[in-house]
Amino acid sequence: MSERLEKGLEVLRSEVDYKVESFFSSCVNCGICAESCLFYTETRDPRYTPIYKTEPLRKLWQKEYTLWGRLAGTLGIGQPMTEADLADWEELVYDGCSMCGRCSMVCPVGVDISGMIFKVKHALAKAGFSPEGLVGAARRALEIGSPMGITLTTVKAVIKHVEEDTGLKMPVDVEGADYLALLSSNEIALYPEYLDSLARIFDHAGVSWTLSTDAFEATNAGLQIGNKAIAGQLVQRVVDGAEKLKVKSVISPECGHAYTALRWEGPNFIGKAYSFRVVHILELLDELRAQGRLRTTGKESERISFHDPCSIVRRGGIQAQPRNLLQPMTENFVEMKDHGSMNWCCGGGGGVSSNERAEELKLTAFNRKKSQIDEINVEKVVTACSNCRMVMEDGIEANEMDIELVGLTEMIARHLADERPT
Amino acid sequence: MIEYLIDGPLWHLSLAVFGIGVVWKLGSIVFASRRQDLSVARAAAGPAAFKTVFSRFIPHKEISSQIVIPLVAGYMFHLGLFALLFFAVPHVSFLEQNLLGFGWTPMPHWAFIVSAQLAFLGLIILWLRRMTNPVSRLISTLDDHVVAILTFVVMLTGCFALLEGATALRLLHRFTVELWLIYFPFSALMHTFTFIPSRAFTGAWFGRRGIDA
Repeated sequence: MSERLEKGLEVLRSEVDYKVESFFSSCVNCGICAESCLFYTETRDPRYTPIYKTEPLRKLWQKEYTLWGRLAGTLGIGQPMTEADLADWEELVYDGCSMCGRCSMVCPVGVDISGMIFKVKHALAKAGFSPEGLVGAARRALEIGSPMGITLTTVKAVIKHVEEDTGLKMPVDVEGADYLALLSSNEIALYPEYLDSLARIFDHAGVSWTLSTDAFEATNAGLQIGNKAIAGQLVQRVVDGAEKLKVKSVISPECGHAYTALRWEGPNFIGKAYSFRVVHILELLDELRAQGRLRTTGKESERISFHDPCSIVRRGGIQAQPRNLLQPMTENFVEMKDHGSMNWCCGGGGGVSSNERAEELKLTAFNRKKSQIDEINVEKVVTACSNCRMVMEDGIEANEMDIELVGLTEMIARHLADERPT
Repeated sequence: MIEYLIDGPLWHLSLAVFGIGVVWKLGSIVFASRRQDLSVARAAAGPAAFKTVFSRFIPHKEISSQIVIPLVAGYMFHLGLFALLFFAVPHVSFLEQNLLGFGWTPMPHWAFIVSAQLAFLGLIILWLRRMTNPVSRLISTLDDHVVAILTFVVMLTGCFALLEGATALRLLHRFTVELWLIYFPFSALMHTFTFIPSRAFTGAWFGRRGIDA
């Protein structure tokens, strides 16, 4: 048995727990999950059936944890698992799954398929079966501090530009601030208007906040690739930064997987509860709105819809907040046919957008989002995840769609009322 | 001799394997040690777990139009089988005399016919789909086919056993039931019970994040 296979099987074994036992004992292979997956619906390739993506884990469970598997093993009539059982699934779980979790919502017996796919990813990552793009992103995140190779110097340059544009002094490394704001690489490199908007909104609402030179990056390449050790190191970096500045809360930016990594998985990755609260930017903005500290003016008359980022809404539970925030700024808000917790993914989550090899498949999967947008005939789509925004911009460009895309925080900043709340 | 074996030792053996197997399996799931989730829950997991056990009986409206065949056939089969198992006249009498000591009103003959038709038709449709649908064909295992065939045979011999006075047919039915009971804890038939913790675990996971799953 090769070292890679041995490592992969060892990780798979460590992932077999009471949930896996319950899920595989319950699954009757009905295939209903296929219809919930945009990689299946847009390709009609049965290999993209969500439960099929867990096959390495199921195979190991069947061989080592069931009577028939053990019996076959004892009698020497079972086929041993090979490297192909792992290698052949690399493309399925990294290219053909955005970890959107829609499959986990529809399984009639309640299998959290997405959760099990992450377990497979963990084994593949440890065994070295991961796409080059994600391996590189994880390496850069560890060595440089950002999956896109963004350094503190770049962040400082963006901060300087924002200060010039807004006329506001940006708080950096302010000890004892209420909130530590994090950024995603996309927001630093592609959408610096996010930081600009944050500065304006927090100034308007009188929020005590800071940026950190030790912990500015929110994304987590470890989560995307499925490597819990790397994910833990990246989370620890944020924890150390937050504890050093003694902040009360850490703000997760408009980035879906960053929210999952920080808010939900982070404490488990590092093995301890946080001493601070993690709040998504939309949660905070909605809290400020409810407290009367965030006031907007003017309503946009065009037909506008909201794309629910999977990790923030379906897997993160932030569904009402974006709608509460959009309502005062829109006259013609239109929901997509499937929205909220049953929304369709943009096609680029779970690291797919960082995986160059998956580019064509990602664009094919985007056809589902295109159909959703075409159906409601809107002029503008608002979202709250820089990755969704980037993937959708690619899709809109490739399909020559006449749609404007905007981040929700940015839209709020554009509508800020002149007078400050008292 | 065969009658003695089927009505006696084999029946008790199959009941023991079924009972111990099911309890063992469920116990290993429900009482297994688990790591505490260290993230701060947004909402209580318990009520969501309880709700999801029931809410998954009805598919989300966003997907129901894409799964009409397995949905309808699934309900036909499961409801038909449930009715046959617990409300067919011979089963009610058998349970009263051999296991429980009390009985209840069995269903009338017409309801039996309807239930049997629903169960047979549902099972046949599900199995045909398993054989012909590219997705189902790819993901189905040997166990899925064994379970379907075994259940079909049990139902078929059950119909044969209705021929009064035919002891051989009654024994044949009972023998297939015994095989079914012995196979049950080690097969996909366990979903009869494990769907409950399975739904509850997922419901709890979503629930603590404040999501209605």
